[in-house]
Amino acid sequence: MSDHAANTVDRAHADHHEHPTWKQYKWVALWLTLITIVEVWVYYTPFRESSLFAPALLVMSAAKFTIVVLFYMHLKYDHMIFRRLFQVGLIMGAGTLTAFLFLFHKLKIG
Amino acid sequence: MATTAAPAPAYAATYPAGEQTGLWSWLATVDHKRIGTLYLWTALAFFVIGGVEAFIMRLQLMQPNGQVVSAEAFNQLFTMHGTTMVFLVIMPLSAAFFNYLIPLQIGARDVAFPRLNAFSYWVYLFGGLFMTIPILFKVAPDGGWFGYAPLTTMQFSGGLNIDFWVLGLQILGVSSLAAAFNFITTVINMRAPGMSLMRMPIFTWMSFVVQFLLILAFPAITVALFFLQFDRFFGTQFYEIAAGADPLLWQHLFWVFGHPEVYILILPAFGLASEILPTFSQKPLFGYNVMVYSGIMIGFLGFGVWAHHMFAVGMGATADTIFSMATMLIGIPTGVKIFNWLATMWGGNLRFTVAMKFAIALVGLFTIGGISGVMHSSAPTDLQQTDTYFIVAHFHYVLFGGSIMGIMGGIYHYFPKMTGRYMSEKLGNWHFWLFFIGMNMTFFPMHFSGMLGMPRRIYTYDVGQGWEQFNLWSSIGVFIQGVGLLIFAYNFLKSRKSGDPAPNDAWGAGTLEWSIPSPPPEYNFAQLPVVTSRYPLWDLKHPERTADLAHSAPDQMTITDSHAVPMHEEAERKSAKDLGIPMPFPTIKPLFAALFMVIMVGGLVFIHAANLQVALAVMIGGAALFIGTVYGWLTSPLE
Amino acid sequence: MATAAITDPHAAGHGEHAHYTTTGLEHRKIAIWALIGSECMLFASLIATYLVYKGRSKVGPWPHDWGCKTSNVIGKTAEAVQAAGCAAADVMKPILDIPVTSQSTFVLLMSSLAMVLALEGVENAGKAGYDKWYKGSKFWLAMTAIMGATFLGYQSYEFTSFVHEGLTIRTNLFGSSFFTLTGFHGTHVAVGVLWLMTLLFIDLKRGLKGATDVLLVDICALYWHFVDVVWIAIFTLIYLIQ
Repeated sequence: MSDHAANTVDRAHADHHEHPTWKQYKWVALWLTLITIVEVWVYYTPFRESSLFAPALLVMSAAKFTIVVLFYMHLKYDHMIFRRLFQVGLIMGAGTLTAFLFLFHKLKIG
Repeated sequence: MATTAAPAPAYAATYPAGEQTGLWSWLATVDHKRIGTLYLWTALAFFVIGGVEAFIMRLQLMQPNGQVVSAEAFNQLFTMHGTTMVFLVIMPLSAAFFNYLIPLQIGARDVAFPRLNAFSYWVYLFGGLFMTIPILFKVAPDGGWFGYAPLTTMQFSGGLNIDFWVLGLQILGVSSLAAAFNFITTVINMRAPGMSLMRMPIFTWMSFVVQFLLILAFPAITVALFFLQFDRFFGTQFYEIAAGADPLLWQHLFWVFGHPEVYILILPAFGLASEILPTFSQKPLFGYNVMVYSGIMIGFLGFGVWAHHMFAVGMGATADTIFSMATMLIGIPTGVKIFNWLATMWGGNLRFTVAMKFAIALVGLFTIGGISGVMHSSAPTDLQQTDTYFIVAHFHYVLFGGSIMGIMGGIYHYFPKMTGRYMSEKLGNWHFWLFFIGMNMTFFPMHFSGMLGMPRRIYTYDVGQGWEQFNLWSSIGVFIQGVGLLIFAYNFLKSRKSGDPAPNDAWGAGTLEWSIPSPPPEYNFAQLPVVTSRYPLWDLKHPERTADLAHSAPDQMTITDSHAVPMHEEAERKSAKDLGIPMPFPTIKPLFAALFMVIMVGGLVFIHAANLQVALAVMIGGAALFIGTVYGWLTSPLE
Repeated sequence: MATAAITDPHAAGHGEHAHYTTTGLEHRKIAIWALIGSECMLFASLIATYLVYKGRSKVGPWPHDWGCKTSNVIGKTAEAVQAAGCAAADVMKPILDIPVTSQSTFVLLMSSLAMVLALEGVENAGKAGYDKWYKGSKFWLAMTAIMGATFLGYQSYEFTSFVHEGLTIRTNLFGSSFFTLTGFHGTHVAVGVLWLMTLLFIDLKRGLKGATDVLLVDICALYWHFVDVVWIAIFTLIYLIQ
């Protein structure tokens, strides 16, 4: 990307200023692999019957989701507008899904 | 009137030298102003069609035991009236203004993706025709504009009617979504220097919120429609009660879309009123910040109230309560806007032009609709009101009294900018009063017939239930509106050629679109202006009006960034070529891409209308042509 | 405007078509993130339907439980189903195959790594240290496409074996919601593979280099990673959690 010119207004141009490195990409891939192995592994253990199974899996997959989005999709390093565009969709989607689970009595309050 | 205040400008032909005329220039256009004009004409034509549908219904209901149409025909009428008015009239009229105004208001030369913009329009046109032409073959959609499944499954609606509805809506969804991505990018990325988000005109702000509502709400109805499509064409079980399906799945998915949809329908009109009222009060909009935040709140909260359309289905007390409270909450930001509009007018130097009358009517009539809306928000009260004409009264007050009145005001206000001529104020006044009186005469009695128990969507009613008088008044009101509509049509068509010439600044307004010629040259701004406050033109011409607003001095701005120059008015009509401004190439590819896409999707109907082979042939053929056209589009340069 | 300054930090695009933008960002990158936000709602609706209909099918096959071809009994083991009156020949096993799907999930996850390396290849095209074939964009674009196609291969294998075992899109609520959800996802993957192959074709023809090409690969990468991330959600919610 081109250089700054004189008299620039203060605006965050985080695009391409910071960049994940090849090392970080490798780490992400490693964590993705490890977490997936753990997920599949616990599926075959008695932990599967425990009431903590579903939450544990949700946490693990949320972790995978987050590192792909932050690093592979660069969201950590990019302009805030991209993060907002994603967050609004994610929050609306998660909210609607959760509401449906309650409305169709898949989850209960109390 | 502005025409007497200044000498009429040297009025050039509608399009200056170097710009194209003729049919091809319209078919191949990628200019947002032309696309906006196309939306406007097409939507007004559908408005007439939707109005005729309403007219026939009101003839049928004028008296008890009417014999004008059969029950099935009546089902098609109310379905098409609702579907047409929502998807083919109000949304495209709003789109006409998004297209025409947003780039002008933010100081841009076009939208971010001009060819995609053209594509959106052609998909709307072909999709609208796809859904409307079945009327001529008596297979118009007949399941209500909200198409509840399981009523709309093959078991209960075995004809082609619902097929056209489902596929038509999917097609129209593509049009709206593509446009939404376009405008989001445009507003984020193409504002002139100095135009921060909190300096954007309110119309652009409300429209910006609407684009987010579109991209987040349409996926829900897309999914609901795919499920119905798959059930009808491929035998899936999504809405098959015998297989264990939930009768509420459709309703929830539909209204997750449907509620934000009604804010999609009203916010642009709110935006237009927010441009008109300050202009003709000759003072800035009162409480700009609050207007922006309440618009955002309405958009956001609008996603949390959908099940108030379902208070009678038995969701349980908890769900009913939560949605009741959320619905009451959303009345607050809306009410705030009403007060801000009133405060804008208070103490202002009011000019009661036709546009101003329509905008003031919006404020009053929407309030009436809002009051009945708050009445519905209480779940127990709604149990009496739901599915009665009380609801019909409510939504017509907000959609006709709100959206249509606001849009009409917008048309009178922006007609001079678009054509360089004023519409006749005299005829406009007739139009306004006939609409205002007719509309109230039609819809106010419906509060009463609804309270007395008259259900919705019935094609006739018997004597002795106390509904006759109200229905008669409602029907008479339609005749009055009809006359008003004819006068409007005449005014609209005639003024293009013989209206009084209009200058740049037809009304003494304060925003950027009024600083360039009427109609604007194809490049909009010869030189991008640096924006110094919310009302940059008033900064220049009536600085006393914006003295209390936040300003920045021109020399604080980075003019070198964009070759923008200090705020100015432009009067010249040079061609883009003379000014060295690169313009996007006109291209017919968006039109063909739209056509082939509609063929590709619409071909599915042949599974029912003919057989699988024919359907496949049409769909695959359409797909191949579509992909080929898109490939050509993507590999040719924009400018 | 043809002479817009190349040093202009707010100019997106370069050369004679540098145009002013408010943020300095590319239009298409903003648009793709808006699309991704919208697609979150699309997949949320599809997943919500699947979860709502879970356990409500009236007939099998079932995702995680044993069933019977000739009756609607459902049980945790084959024995349980037979004890409920199902003949041994009619027993239906749980339809989801976790070991196989874990492999395809892994392939898709790794394809995101390949995608990231492809983007890096384009960003550094022509620079020292990036001339090896295994560092270049052509190799990694091809790898990503191959891995995506492999995932699709696994999906086709899975779907056809389900159909052979008695689960079609029409059989029950599970079949309808499962095949629709995974079908939508698979279609997104297929579109992504075609997009990658197109980029690869361009790379082979004229090479991918410079800011505009980086943008083209970047938006494809963002789409691709999103499709991967949706699969992470689907794999967990549909396959692993019962």
